Amino acid sequence: MQRFANPARFMRLSAALLPWSGAATAFLLAAGLYLGLFVAPPDYQQGEAVRIMFVHVPAAWMASFVYALIALASAVALIWRHPLADIAAQSAAPLGAGFTLLCLVTGSLWGEPMWGTWWVWDARLTSVLVLFFLYLGYIALVNAFDEPTRGARAGAILALVGIVNLPIIKFSVDWWNTLHQPASVFRLGGPTIDASMLWPLLTLALGFTVFFVTVLLIRMRTALIAAKVRALRLAEVEREAHKATLRHRAVS
Amino acid sequence: MSGLDAFLAMGGYAGYVWPAYSAAVVVLGGLLAWSLAGYRRAQRELKALRRIAPGARRP
Repeated sequence: MQRFANPARFMRLSAALLPWSGAATAFLLAAGLYLGLFVAPPDYQQGEAVRIMFVHVPAAWMASFVYALIALASAVALIWRHPLADIAAQSAAPLGAGFTLLCLVTGSLWGEPMWGTWWVWDARLTSVLVLFFLYLGYIALVNAFDEPTRGARAGAILALVGIVNLPIIKFSVDWWNTLHQPASVFRLGGPTIDASMLWPLLTLALGFTVFFVTVLLIRMRTALIAAKVRALRLAEVEREAHKATLRHRAVS
Repeated sequence: MSGLDAFLAMGGYAGYVWPAYSAAVVVLGGLLAWSLAGYRRAQRELKALRRIAPGARRP
């Protein structure tokens, strides 16, 4: 881990990785869309509406996964002060918020024809809405300070406190009565979903994951370049000030 | 009803299935476009600064 925490090495590694992760993203998303829209059969109860699942479920998995990653990176940033940990957490946050929003929107579009309602205030839906606000709160808090290190610290603490929401989301369908169905893939005893629907689902889930990795790398590279730009501007100002001092001495 | 019409109709659920897939395209495409725009802007700024201060060391 130490080896990869070096920003210069990260720039080299990410530059080598980006073309591959970009190509894998394009391939997996195209294959997943084809499998989900053309190959997977309609559900015997839900008909064609079941195809919403292929977008909704990967988005929901990513919403929780990205948050767990932000909390992990925040812990690393607070404990070991790795230079890349804060950058990773902050670069991931808008992506996690996007996945959570997509999960909520597609869930609503699935709920209306299947449950007869766009929204209910039950445990699963409410805890995912809380997750969305945690993302927004984290982004706002990180940017609320003049000094970036203080914002990063406050954000990291919020991210760690908010992690209690993740088990609530996962087990909400078991702990409370809810309209939302229980887990059908990650459960004891294996998936209950048929292979003809499981494969499109897993392909799109993997596609969402490599999409996340690709855009995360782009965003982390952007943050490192921006830090370099700030450092160069500061050095430029100092050079000008030094020159002015020398001129002033020469005159007097 | 032709094959394409049947496909687009989504068994009567077209009003739910297509907006869901469109939302995915808008959200993921938006995140990618926004992130790439920021990346290119940062690269441009670094290049411009290097032109002013060629003595600055590379990252």
